[in-house]
Amino acid sequence: MKRNSYSWDAVLMAASFFLLAGALYLVFMWVPTSATSLEGIAQRIFYFHVPLWWVAFLAYAVTFISSLVYLARRGASWDNLACSAAEIGTVFVTLGLITGIIWAKPAWSVWWTWDPRLTTALVLWFIYIGYFLVRAYAPAAQARNFAAVISIIGTVDSFIVFMAIRWWRTQHPSPVVGTGGGLAPEMLFTFMVSLAAFTLLFVLLMRLRTTLRATQEQVTALRQAEE
Amino acid sequence: MTQFSRKVLALVWKDMLSEARTKDIFTSVFVFALLTVLIFSFALEPGSETTSLVAPGMLWVAFTFAGVLGFGRSFVLEKEHGCLDGLMLCPVEREVIYWGKAIGNLVFMLMVEVVVLPIFYLLLNLPLDSLPQVVLIVLLTTIGFVSVGTLFSALAANTRARDVMLPILFLPVVVPLVIAAVKSTGLILQGSPWADLWSWLQIILAFDVIFLVISSLVFPFVLEG
Repeated sequence: MKRNSYSWDAVLMAASFFLLAGALYLVFMWVPTSATSLEGIAQRIFYFHVPLWWVAFLAYAVTFISSLVYLARRGASWDNLACSAAEIGTVFVTLGLITGIIWAKPAWSVWWTWDPRLTTALVLWFIYIGYFLVRAYAPAAQARNFAAVISIIGTVDSFIVFMAIRWWRTQHPSPVVGTGGGLAPEMLFTFMVSLAAFTLLFVLLMRLRTTLRATQEQVTALRQAEE
Repeated sequence: MTQFSRKVLALVWKDMLSEARTKDIFTSVFVFALLTVLIFSFALEPGSETTSLVAPGMLWVAFTFAGVLGFGRSFVLEKEHGCLDGLMLCPVEREVIYWGKAIGNLVFMLMVEVVVLPIFYLLLNLPLDSLPQVVLIVLLTTIGFVSVGTLFSALAANTRARDVMLPILFLPVVVPLVIAAVKSTGLILQGSPWADLWSWLQIILAFDVIFLVISSLVFPFVLEG
């Protein structure tokens, strides 16, 4: 059983490694720069930026749902899932914000603007910083409940933030994938490879992190039993 | 009057009584809010032209931070004297504790705002005919602050570094409220009609309803453990 799960990790690791390497090749050597974009070569950051956000949202969705299930049913494994996804999600949100800032300078000629998507992302990032601080500062018995509550409040809040700022101001380019048109076939292919690469990377990271956390908890339990 | 609301009112009465005797929350929050307005007046130097632009921001920064201070006190006081354990031993549902504390917090915040708002108008020489709309915005926004503030102050009171935890949790969550409150206050001070306010009031109302419901539902989980 154990051996089997390790070999799955190896397969995932190899697959995401080769896909990421392939995506790098496609992005920098193969795909033409979009002719319609004003920002020039910086447009290629889109192939990393959008998949990063896709994974971030996937991760936060996992956190939200596992938090709900944890409060309803209990069971440490749901909390393990929620917290691992929150950690990975926050790493991807941070990378998404950084790639966005790099892109915004040539495209919008400012590093940052208070657009709905940008602001919502930043607010969510702050809420999850609070999430990790609470996990660190709360007594162990309550930390899981607290974290689940913050995740639920934070997720609902992000929708209201988005609405509020959409009425306030908006600048972010609208989604071009899946709306038909907009993307040339080469661009779509490159994007899909990159998307698959990052999604596999997310699955791999989730498996490693949840296993690690479960092991940590076992060690803590054993140590407490010994005392 | 139902059983539920009688229990809630009993809790609110307890908070009022202890506040009336100590004046602990009112004094500190009131002075803090006034000092915030004072510091902003020196930092931004509002003149006759700029006043309607900076005034909404000054007002809402003062009320937001005063809220953090007040909500923090309300649960720390319970915690310090072991009152929270007493409350949890009471034969009442946990939701009752949430509503009791939330209404108590709302009353304290409104008391502070009722005194600070006229002083603010006076100091900045704002048009008095905007007062009814601003009072409405203040009332609705304060309900929103209280809905999440009560939940997070109960949560933060159970952590180490509780004075830091409450603002870290509270401030990002109230971003939409602050945006809507500042925007609508600004519109009113520039003389816009009621109709322009509506979309912003909708956001504030939606926030109030959503977070009052969610907070009272998840509050029992915060007291557990």
